Amino acid sequence: MSTAETSPVELVSSSQPHTARGLTADNGYVIEPPRTRSTKTPRVTRGNFEMWAWLFMRLSGVVLVVLVLGHLVIQLIIDGGVSKISFAFVAGRWASPFWQGWDLLMLWLAMLHGANGMRTVINDYAERDTTRFWLKTLLVTATVFIVLLGTLVIFTFDPNI
Amino acid sequence: MPAGTLYRGREGMWSWVAHRVTGVLIFFFLFAHVLDTALVRVSPEAYDSVIATYKNPIVNLMEYGLVAAILFHALNGLRVIAVDFWSKGTRYQRQMLWSVVGIWVVLMAGAFYPVLQHTLTTLFGK
Repeated sequence: MSTAETSPVELVSSSQPHTARGLTADNGYVIEPPRTRSTKTPRVTRGNFEMWAWLFMRLSGVVLVVLVLGHLVIQLIIDGGVSKISFAFVAGRWASPFWQGWDLLMLWLAMLHGANGMRTVINDYAERDTTRFWLKTLLVTATVFIVLLGTLVIFTFDPNI
Repeated sequence: MPAGTLYRGREGMWSWVAHRVTGVLIFFFLFAHVLDTALVRVSPEAYDSVIATYKNPIVNLMEYGLVAAILFHALNGLRVIAVDFWSKGTRYQRQMLWSVVGIWVVLMAGAFYPVLQHTLTTLFGK
Protein backbone atom coordinates (compact mmCIF):
# COMPACT_ATOMS: atom_id res chain seq x y z
CA MET A 1 0.00 0.00 0.00
CA SER A 2 1.52 3.30 -1.01
CA THR A 3 1.53 6.44 1.15
CA ALA A 4 -0.21 8.52 -1.48
CA GLU A 5 -3.41 6.50 -1.17
CA THR A 6 -3.72 6.82 2.61
CA SER A 7 -2.25 10.26 3.33
CA PRO A 8 -4.66 13.24 3.29
CA VAL A 9 -1.68 15.39 2.33
CA GLU A 10 -0.97 15.87 -1.35
CA LEU A 11 2.54 14.53 -2.00
CA VAL A 12 4.39 16.09 -4.88
CA SER A 13 7.87 15.63 -6.29
CA SER A 14 10.61 17.96 -5.05
CA SER A 15 10.61 19.79 -8.41
CA GLN A 16 7.04 21.00 -7.85
CA PRO A 17 5.89 23.73 -5.45
CA HIS A 18 4.90 22.37 -2.04
CA THR A 19 1.54 23.82 -1.05
CA ALA A 20 0.87 21.52 1.94
CA ARG A 21 -2.56 20.75 0.51
CA GLY A 22 -4.66 18.66 2.85
CA LEU A 23 -3.16 19.96 6.09
CA THR A 24 -5.90 22.54 6.73
CA ALA A 25 -9.26 21.73 8.32
CA ASP A 26 -11.14 22.22 5.04
CA ASN A 27 -8.56 20.17 3.12
CA GLY A 28 -7.38 23.26 1.19
CA TYR A 29 -3.99 24.82 0.50
CA VAL A 30 -1.79 26.08 3.34
CA ILE A 31 0.36 27.93 0.80
CA GLU A 32 -1.36 29.36 -2.26
CA PRO A 33 0.02 27.62 -5.35
CA PRO A 34 1.87 29.93 -7.74
CA ARG A 35 -0.32 31.27 -10.50
CA THR A 36 0.03 29.33 -13.69
CA ARG A 37 0.02 30.89 -17.13
CA SER A 38 -3.24 30.76 -19.04
CA THR A 39 -3.99 31.62 -22.66
CA LYS A 40 -5.00 35.10 -21.42
CA THR A 41 -1.65 35.72 -19.67
CA PRO A 42 0.43 38.24 -21.65
CA ARG A 43 3.67 36.80 -23.00
CA VAL A 44 5.67 39.43 -21.08
CA THR A 45 4.15 40.07 -17.66
CA ARG A 46 6.69 42.69 -16.53
CA GLY A 47 9.58 44.57 -18.05
CA ASN A 48 13.21 44.53 -17.02
CA PHE A 49 13.43 48.30 -16.49
CA GLU A 50 14.71 48.08 -12.91
CA MET A 51 17.41 45.58 -13.92
CA TRP A 52 18.62 47.85 -16.75
CA ALA A 53 18.52 50.87 -14.40
CA TRP A 54 20.62 48.94 -11.85
CA LEU A 55 23.14 47.94 -14.53
CA PHE A 56 23.25 51.50 -15.94
CA MET A 57 24.13 52.91 -12.49
CA ARG A 58 27.16 50.59 -12.26
CA LEU A 59 28.41 51.05 -15.84
CA SER A 60 27.90 54.83 -15.90
CA GLY A 61 29.41 55.00 -12.40
CA VAL A 62 32.70 53.48 -13.57
CA VAL A 63 32.89 55.84 -16.59
CA LEU A 64 31.98 58.83 -14.39
CA VAL A 65 34.78 58.03 -11.92
CA VAL A 66 37.23 58.56 -14.82
CA LEU A 67 35.44 61.55 -16.39
CA VAL A 68 34.61 63.46 -13.17
CA LEU A 69 37.86 62.77 -11.28
CA GLY A 70 39.75 63.66 -14.49
CA HIS A 71 37.71 66.89 -14.71
CA LEU A 72 38.57 67.73 -11.07
CA VAL A 73 42.29 66.93 -11.40
CA ILE A 74 42.58 69.02 -14.59
CA GLN A 75 40.49 72.01 -13.43
CA LEU A 76 41.56 72.17 -9.79
CA ILE A 77 45.18 71.00 -9.86
CA ILE A 78 46.76 71.16 -13.33
CA ASP A 79 44.95 74.33 -14.50
CA GLY A 80 45.21 76.16 -11.17
CA GLY A 81 41.69 76.02 -9.73
CA VAL A 82 38.95 78.62 -9.52
CA SER A 83 41.44 81.54 -9.71
CA LYS A 84 42.02 80.77 -13.41
CA ILE A 85 38.40 80.20 -14.49
CA SER A 86 36.99 82.84 -16.85
CA PHE A 87 35.20 83.11 -20.19
CA ALA A 88 38.60 83.00 -21.94
CA PHE A 89 39.47 79.78 -20.11
CA VAL A 90 36.23 78.10 -21.26
CA ALA A 91 36.83 79.34 -24.81
CA GLY A 92 40.29 77.73 -24.80
CA ARG A 93 38.93 74.44 -23.47
CA TRP A 94 36.02 74.11 -25.92
CA ALA A 95 38.19 74.99 -28.92
CA SER A 96 39.06 71.27 -28.84
CA PRO A 97 36.52 68.66 -30.00
CA PHE A 98 38.09 66.24 -27.50
CA TRP A 99 37.08 68.39 -24.49
CA GLN A 100 33.68 69.10 -26.07
CA GLY A 101 33.13 65.32 -26.30
CA TRP A 102 34.44 64.78 -22.75
CA ASP A 103 32.07 67.39 -21.31
CA LEU A 104 29.12 66.19 -23.42
CA LEU A 105 29.52 62.55 -22.27
CA MET A 106 30.04 63.68 -18.67
CA LEU A 107 26.89 65.85 -18.82
CA TRP A 108 24.65 63.08 -20.18
CA LEU A 109 25.96 60.29 -17.96
CA ALA A 110 26.02 62.41 -14.79
CA MET A 111 22.50 63.77 -15.32
CA LEU A 112 21.00 60.35 -16.10
CA HIS A 113 22.92 58.72 -13.20
CA GLY A 114 21.82 61.51 -10.84
CA ALA A 115 18.21 61.50 -12.07
CA ASN A 116 17.92 57.73 -11.56
CA GLY A 117 19.40 58.10 -8.07
CA MET A 118 16.87 60.84 -7.26
CA ARG A 119 14.10 58.56 -8.61
CA THR A 120 15.18 55.92 -6.07
CA VAL A 121 15.15 58.50 -3.28
CA ILE A 122 11.64 59.70 -4.27
CA ASN A 123 10.37 56.10 -4.37
CA ASP A 124 11.82 55.49 -0.89
CA TYR A 125 10.50 58.54 0.94
CA ALA A 126 7.41 59.89 -0.90
CA GLU A 127 4.63 57.61 0.31
CA ARG A 128 1.55 59.07 -1.42
CA ASP A 129 1.05 58.19 -5.11
CA THR A 130 0.25 61.79 -6.08
CA THR A 131 3.34 63.12 -4.25
CA ARG A 132 5.55 60.58 -6.05
CA PHE A 133 3.95 61.44 -9.40
CA TRP A 134 4.55 65.20 -9.07
CA LEU A 135 8.08 64.84 -7.70
CA LYS A 136 9.00 62.54 -10.60
CA THR A 137 7.35 64.89 -13.11
CA LEU A 138 9.45 67.74 -11.69
CA LEU A 139 12.58 65.55 -11.78
CA VAL A 140 12.09 64.50 -15.42
CA THR A 141 11.33 68.10 -16.49
CA ALA A 142 14.44 69.45 -14.73
CA THR A 143 16.64 66.65 -16.10
CA VAL A 144 15.49 67.06 -19.72
CA PHE A 145 15.91 70.85 -19.43
CA ILE A 146 19.46 70.64 -18.03
CA VAL A 147 20.63 67.95 -20.48
CA LEU A 148 19.27 69.86 -23.50
CA LEU A 149 20.56 73.24 -22.25
CA GLY A 150 24.04 71.83 -21.57
CA THR A 151 24.17 70.06 -24.95
CA LEU A 152 23.07 73.25 -26.73
CA VAL A 153 25.72 75.32 -24.92
CA ILE A 154 28.54 72.87 -25.77
CA PHE A 155 27.59 72.73 -29.47
CA THR A 156 26.69 76.40 -30.05
CA PHE A 157 29.45 77.99 -27.96
CA ASP A 158 30.81 81.09 -29.73
CA PRO A 159 34.17 82.42 -28.45
CA ASN A 160 33.59 85.71 -30.32
CA ILE A 161 30.16 86.42 -28.79
CA MET B 1 12.88 58.94 15.54
CA PRO B 2 10.23 56.51 14.21
CA ALA B 3 10.73 52.85 15.15
CA GLY B 4 12.77 50.89 12.64
CA THR B 5 14.44 53.98 11.16
CA LEU B 6 17.93 52.98 12.29
CA TYR B 7 17.81 49.60 10.47
CA ARG B 8 21.00 47.69 11.32
CA GLY B 9 23.55 50.46 11.83
CA ARG B 10 27.28 49.84 11.48
CA GLU B 11 29.40 50.27 8.33
CA GLY B 12 26.85 48.81 5.89
CA MET B 13 24.03 51.19 6.76
CA TRP B 14 26.09 54.32 7.37
CA SER B 15 27.97 53.97 4.06
CA TRP B 16 24.53 53.66 2.38
CA VAL B 17 23.34 56.84 4.15
CA ALA B 18 26.53 58.74 3.20
CA HIS B 19 26.29 57.52 -0.42
CA ARG B 20 22.69 58.77 -0.63
CA VAL B 21 23.38 62.15 1.02
CA THR B 22 26.47 62.86 -1.13
CA GLY B 23 24.59 61.73 -4.27
CA VAL B 24 21.74 64.19 -3.67
CA LEU B 25 24.21 67.02 -2.90
CA ILE B 26 26.18 66.34 -6.10
CA PHE B 27 22.95 66.24 -8.16
CA PHE B 28 21.91 69.71 -6.97
CA PHE B 29 25.41 71.08 -7.55
CA LEU B 30 25.44 69.62 -11.08
CA PHE B 31 22.13 71.39 -11.76
CA ALA B 32 23.62 74.74 -10.67
CA HIS B 33 26.91 74.06 -12.48
CA VAL B 34 25.23 73.52 -15.88
CA LEU B 35 23.21 76.72 -15.36
CA ASP B 36 26.29 78.82 -14.46
CA THR B 37 28.29 77.42 -17.40
CA ALA B 38 25.32 78.15 -19.71
CA LEU B 39 26.01 81.86 -19.07
CA VAL B 40 28.87 81.63 -21.61
CA ARG B 41 26.05 81.75 -24.19
CA VAL B 42 24.77 85.03 -22.68
CA SER B 43 27.95 87.11 -22.49
CA PRO B 44 31.57 86.87 -21.22
CA GLU B 45 30.70 89.51 -18.56
CA ALA B 46 27.69 87.53 -17.23
CA TYR B 47 29.82 84.38 -16.94
CA ASP B 48 32.80 86.11 -15.33
CA SER B 49 30.59 87.91 -12.77
CA VAL B 50 29.08 84.61 -11.56
CA ILE B 51 32.53 82.95 -11.46
CA ALA B 52 33.66 85.92 -9.31
CA THR B 53 31.18 84.81 -6.60
CA TYR B 54 32.84 81.35 -6.66
CA LYS B 55 36.12 83.03 -5.67
CA ASN B 56 34.61 84.06 -2.33
CA PRO B 57 36.39 82.22 0.57
CA ILE B 58 33.15 80.69 1.89
CA VAL B 59 32.15 79.42 -1.57
CA ASN B 60 35.73 78.14 -2.00
CA LEU B 61 35.31 76.19 1.26
CA MET B 62 32.01 74.78 -0.07
CA GLU B 63 33.97 73.72 -3.17
CA TYR B 64 36.27 71.69 -0.90
CA GLY B 65 33.12 70.12 0.59
CA LEU B 66 31.93 69.30 -2.94
CA VAL B 67 35.26 67.57 -3.66
CA ALA B 68 34.80 65.62 -0.39
CA ALA B 69 31.30 64.49 -1.45
CA ILE B 70 32.40 63.52 -4.99
CA LEU B 71 35.47 61.58 -3.78
CA PHE B 72 33.43 59.61 -1.22
CA HIS B 73 30.64 58.88 -3.72
CA ALA B 74 33.17 57.74 -6.37
CA LEU B 75 35.20 55.49 -4.02
CA ASN B 76 32.17 54.02 -2.24
CA GLY B 77 30.46 53.53 -5.63
CA LEU B 78 33.39 51.33 -6.69
CA ARG B 79 32.93 49.41 -3.40
CA VAL B 80 29.22 48.90 -4.17
CA ILE B 81 30.19 47.52 -7.61
CA ALA B 82 32.70 45.17 -5.93
CA VAL B 83 30.00 44.00 -3.46
CA ASP B 84 27.63 43.31 -6.38
CA PHE B 85 30.01 41.68 -8.87
CA TRP B 86 32.91 40.18 -6.86
CA SER B 87 32.10 36.78 -5.34
CA LYS B 88 33.84 37.71 -2.07
CA GLY B 89 32.47 41.28 -2.11
CA THR B 90 29.93 40.89 0.69
CA ARG B 91 32.47 39.14 2.93
CA TYR B 92 34.95 42.01 2.64
CA GLN B 93 32.47 44.94 2.43
CA ARG B 94 33.54 46.24 5.86
CA GLN B 95 37.27 46.14 5.07
CA MET B 96 36.53 47.78 1.70
CA LEU B 97 34.65 50.62 3.45
CA TRP B 98 37.61 51.33 5.74
CA SER B 99 39.90 51.26 2.67
CA VAL B 100 37.55 53.79 1.04
CA VAL B 101 37.74 56.01 4.15
CA GLY B 102 41.55 55.71 4.23
CA ILE B 103 42.00 56.61 0.53
CA TRP B 104 39.46 59.43 0.97
CA VAL B 105 41.44 60.96 3.88
CA VAL B 106 44.70 60.83 1.86
CA LEU B 107 43.07 62.38 -1.26
CA MET B 108 41.34 65.08 0.82
CA ALA B 109 44.67 66.00 2.43
CA GLY B 110 46.21 66.18 -1.07
CA ALA B 111 43.33 68.31 -2.40
CA PHE B 112 43.50 70.80 0.51
CA TYR B 113 46.03 73.19 -1.00
CA PRO B 114 45.08 72.92 -4.72
CA VAL B 115 41.38 73.56 -4.03
CA LEU B 116 41.78 76.21 -1.33
CA GLN B 117 44.87 77.99 -2.72
CA HIS B 118 42.71 80.86 -4.02
CA THR B 119 41.47 81.63 -0.48
CA LEU B 120 44.84 80.88 1.14
CA THR B 121 46.79 83.21 -1.18
CA THR B 122 44.07 85.90 -0.92
CA LEU B 123 44.05 85.84 2.88
CA PHE B 124 47.70 85.15 3.67
CA GLY B 125 49.57 86.22 0.52
CA LYS B 126 51.75 84.05 -1.70
